Amino acid sequence: MSHMPNPPTTMLSISGVHTYYGNIEALKGIDVEINHGEIVTLIGANGAGKTTLLMTVCGTPQAARGHITFEGKDITRMPTHEIVTKGIAQSPEGRRIFPGMTVFENIQMGAMSCDPEYFDQDYTRVTELFPILKERQNQRAGTLSGGEQQMLAIGRAMMSRPRLLLLDEPSLGLAPLIVKQIFEVIAEINQTDNVTVMLVEQNAYHALRLAHRGYVLVNGKIAMSGPGSELLERPEIRAAYLEGGR
Amino acid sequence: MEYFIQQLINGVTLGSIYGLIAIGYTMVYGIIGMINFAHGDVFMIGAFISLIMFLVLGLIGITWIPFAILLVLIVTMILTSVYGWAVERLAYRPLRKSFRLAPLISAIGMSIFLQNYVQLLQGARVKPIQPIVEGGITLIQSDTFVVTISYLQIIIVLATFLLMSIFAYIISSTSLGRSQRACEQDQLMASLLGINVDRTISLTFVMGAALASVASVLFVLYYGVIDFYIGFHAGIKAFTAAVLGGIGSLPGAMLGGLLIGLIETFWSAYFSIEYKDVAAFSILVLVLIFRPTGLLGKPEIEKV
Repeated sequence: MSHMPNPPTTMLSISGVHTYYGNIEALKGIDVEINHGEIVTLIGANGAGKTTLLMTVCGTPQAARGHITFEGKDITRMPTHEIVTKGIAQSPEGRRIFPGMTVFENIQMGAMSCDPEYFDQDYTRVTELFPILKERQNQRAGTLSGGEQQMLAIGRAMMSRPRLLLLDEPSLGLAPLIVKQIFEVIAEINQTDNVTVMLVEQNAYHALRLAHRGYVLVNGKIAMSGPGSELLERPEIRAAYLEGGR
Repeated sequence: MEYFIQQLINGVTLGSIYGLIAIGYTMVYGIIGMINFAHGDVFMIGAFISLIMFLVLGLIGITWIPFAILLVLIVTMILTSVYGWAVERLAYRPLRKSFRLAPLISAIGMSIFLQNYVQLLQGARVKPIQPIVEGGITLIQSDTFVVTISYLQIIIVLATFLLMSIFAYIISSTSLGRSQRACEQDQLMASLLGINVDRTISLTFVMGAALASVASVLFVLYYGVIDFYIGFHAGIKAFTAAVLGGIGSLPGAMLGGLLIGLIETFWSAYFSIEYKDVAAFSILVLVLIFRPTGLLGKPEIEKV
């Protein structure tokens, strides 16, 4: 899609990762590489392990086997609350905004892990990306619409000044117009703010068009990978994730 | 009328002490959804620490009362907080990932342990201390009845009011308070944002214990008699107060404390002192029948 940094350097490397929920093996040896400046998407059916992979990157649950390195540092065993200080932020599945707090307090929560001196600057940037958050700043976050909540979740994640942003199904349950708007902001964050993005989506068509590269996850394993545009052309992808879905 | 006003003063004083203890129950419930049954006993530990401190200060000849009370308050707060912290660290944190009832049972065990620990170390007999703050102000003097408010009652109500204000400020406007509220709503998300959830929970226990310890110092000054069992009584009352006000709600805990204090005092004053607990708990039952979430509690909405 857009220009690629040359030559690509690895930012996040996931190698041979196995993750369990109790006795259930949710990830069965995952290898994923994400380079600086990329948007990489992870598509797959329900229960394939997409969310688990994002959560494993954040150390909750931790990988039982394998290694995750971020900018050359092994973060496999790092506690969740320290991982964000290394520059990884997540807007998780279901958005998980704090419904009892105001929009502004949610934003403040996003900035918990970094120096308060950047707060004003970052908040200005986030409200540039999502002007509605500024309008709603004193409102309780639980009263926002689904789309606004998603914007808040992404805005909150951006407040921690991430270099890698993990997005879990930002389009889920949203009207097509809002989805388009959110995908535009993701592209903008990637290009202007120089944030690498790892995007989990069921909306494979949008995701693959946006992403530089994609991985297809089937039953806890990577089944296919390649540039987004190439994956879009593959008949098995079209059959499994696109036909009927749009 | 004079009698009524006097009882009102007494009730508010008692209610302040209950309210301070109730905060500890309600905060811990809010953040980890568990009733810390050992909280009353942490209060009792605080009472013993403050009693011993008063005696020690008397022995070494620190007799300027305001300074002595301040010193006792500080030392008691620190030591009691350590107990509160240790209870969480030893008895609850290892069970965090366990089934829901496990920490509850562990809490009851911790409560029994603390009672026996103090009983063994300090003996089972009541420990008296002579009045430290004496005197008061006569508010109304009629032919039949004199309404007074003692200096101690003023101190208790003022100290409670001051602490509650500081506390409300911490919860609503500091980053620590925000972290606590975040952990209350969604621990996983809080940790994704860089909040050390274990540390925040520990701090919640420390804050609850610190407030209980202030209540214990005031209790020692007010009643002048303690034993190893006061934690159970005060604890169950404060717990009732927290439930009455709406468990998980801070203003609710304070309101519940005041109400329980007033109900008990008025019942003792106008009816019979033997049945004051019956009165307090009956009100609780009535409130829970008509408002199961307590007076200021938010109804729990199941997310679909």
